[in-house]
Amino acid sequence: MNLTQIKNILEDRRADSVEKLALEAALLTRQQFGRAISLYGPLYLSNFCSSHCTYCGFHSQNKIQRIKLEPEQYRKEMQFIHNQGLRNILMLTGESYKHTPVAYLKEAAAVASEYFQGLSLEVHPMQTDEYKELFAAGVDGITVYQETYDRARYAQVHLSGYKKDYDFRYATPFRAAEAGMRQISLGVLLGLADAAEDLYALYQHLRELEKTYPGVEYSVSFPRLRTVKDKTLASCDVDDWQFVKIIALTRLMFPRVGLNLSTREEPRLRDHLLEIGITRMSAGSNTSVGGYTLLDEEKQNPQFDIKDERPVDEIVRLLKSRNFDPVFTDWRHIENKS
Amino acid sequence: MTDTSLVIAGKSFKSRFLLGTGKFKNKKDLKESIASSHSEIVTVALRRIDLERHEENILEYIPSHVTLLTNTSGARNAQEAVRLARLGRASGYGHWVKIEVINDSKYLLPDNQETVKATEILCAEGFVVLPYIAPDLYTARALVKAGAATVMPLGSFIGSNQGLKTRELIQVLINEIDVPIVVDAGIGAPSQAAEAMEMGADAVLVNTAVATAQNPPMIARAFAQAIEAGRLAYLSGLPQQEPAAHASSPLTGFLYDELDANQKHS
Repeated sequence: MNLTQIKNILEDRRADSVEKLALEAALLTRQQFGRAISLYGPLYLSNFCSSHCTYCGFHSQNKIQRIKLEPEQYRKEMQFIHNQGLRNILMLTGESYKHTPVAYLKEAAAVASEYFQGLSLEVHPMQTDEYKELFAAGVDGITVYQETYDRARYAQVHLSGYKKDYDFRYATPFRAAEAGMRQISLGVLLGLADAAEDLYALYQHLRELEKTYPGVEYSVSFPRLRTVKDKTLASCDVDDWQFVKIIALTRLMFPRVGLNLSTREEPRLRDHLLEIGITRMSAGSNTSVGGYTLLDEEKQNPQFDIKDERPVDEIVRLLKSRNFDPVFTDWRHIENKS
Repeated sequence: MTDTSLVIAGKSFKSRFLLGTGKFKNKKDLKESIASSHSEIVTVALRRIDLERHEENILEYIPSHVTLLTNTSGARNAQEAVRLARLGRASGYGHWVKIEVINDSKYLLPDNQETVKATEILCAEGFVVLPYIAPDLYTARALVKAGAATVMPLGSFIGSNQGLKTRELIQVLINEIDVPIVVDAGIGAPSQAAEAMEMGADAVLVNTAVATAQNPPMIARAFAQAIEAGRLAYLSGLPQQEPAAHASSPLTGFLYDELDANQKHS
């Protein structure tokens, strides 16, 4: 599908065309995934960050309290997430080699292995050998969003830090795959640049990855820019209508790809998108370091404000009432060797 | 004429319908589908077994008389499949394992070479191994040599419901391979399952077509009946298909023409 076709689809406002697209996507999703929905919980380990990304609550210039959890602290947070019933964890940090080096992440992975079957990281981009170390330590998944594929816009919103290097970031999922990672998640931050152009470039990125590393399970996220503590750092002009089409179109282009949805989106939209194409969702999330068990709400500094605050058991009940099968474990720990 | 049992690794089964457990919308549907179809072999992905929670543990929904066939779904090479299988046996799920090695997330085609390697290792360790492959005679022979209990060729892409796209290649396996041939993957309708059985397949494994149906227990029963019907048809021998008009003998009719002519003259 070329760029013009994607633009036309996103601009088409006819009710029957969006319904048709959604229906096709829904059928493909059911055929490929049945009614299984994987659940995961995010854990923010640290908000130290050396990159200045204008839209992010953790950016290096933002005067917030910087925290890095110590092992006994993240263990407590992990226990909390585990007790909610989740068995897949996504551990996140700001982008800081200095404060959250590979050794720190390996230690966190070792503790997380005691509580979770699936371990993913969303941290600063690394080198292949570092990913190999993390893979051997039990990390199976890497999430790395390009944020936008528009180079000019990319330079405007990524002012300093490693993240300034567009090409290094673009090649990151390839390095993670080379290191043996099982799941790789890509994404664009909707609201930064033209959605159709970003979508087109994301599809190319994904296609290139699929051809080079066919064994990896890929998934895609389309976070829409959110307020941070009610403050707008950037705005997202992608409305629900277009958002639905982006989900549906991605399903048609990549029938097997996982589609993630975070708690940034409102419950009503989340519930409907499940029918159309979503296969993985976070639940019961807190996006602040120490937010589950360590800090009172007024002291928390979230990366973004969440809109779906329903706890895990409520999400599970909802999924079941809608005839979905909530999936908690999708992998077993085996010794990882690259 | 009565049917003989399906025998896999010395164990006899009345049912020739194997059921997969992925993609069901709830575990009640799964349980009822096992009951309605009388399936005696049910395959469960090791990676999906939730050990800690009774309510979510799929094993709680599988009756004890059913043979549990764990599978190595998620394994991308022989080593991962072997490690998963060992973990399953160590966790008490028995020693029957379906080897599934897939290193392509787009087409989900099995990697035959890695499957042979995993089968060699696990058979040597005493597992009963049922390997899932893209139908290929040399692979099947290597698997039998390694000690595989069955060979399970795919009918078409997994989850595609497209039926027997690989029909001719499966027929070769049926003709040449002495362990049971279980057609696995791509079977989307009872008629397709019956077709596989009419060809002489020993059993059929179905998952997506049951799990994603409106009424899984009902279609599971339909599959079981179709498999039985196809089996009986195979045993009875299908009547040869004939062209519609077959009254005359276009090749040898002339013999009688002459005879007729002679008779007229006499």
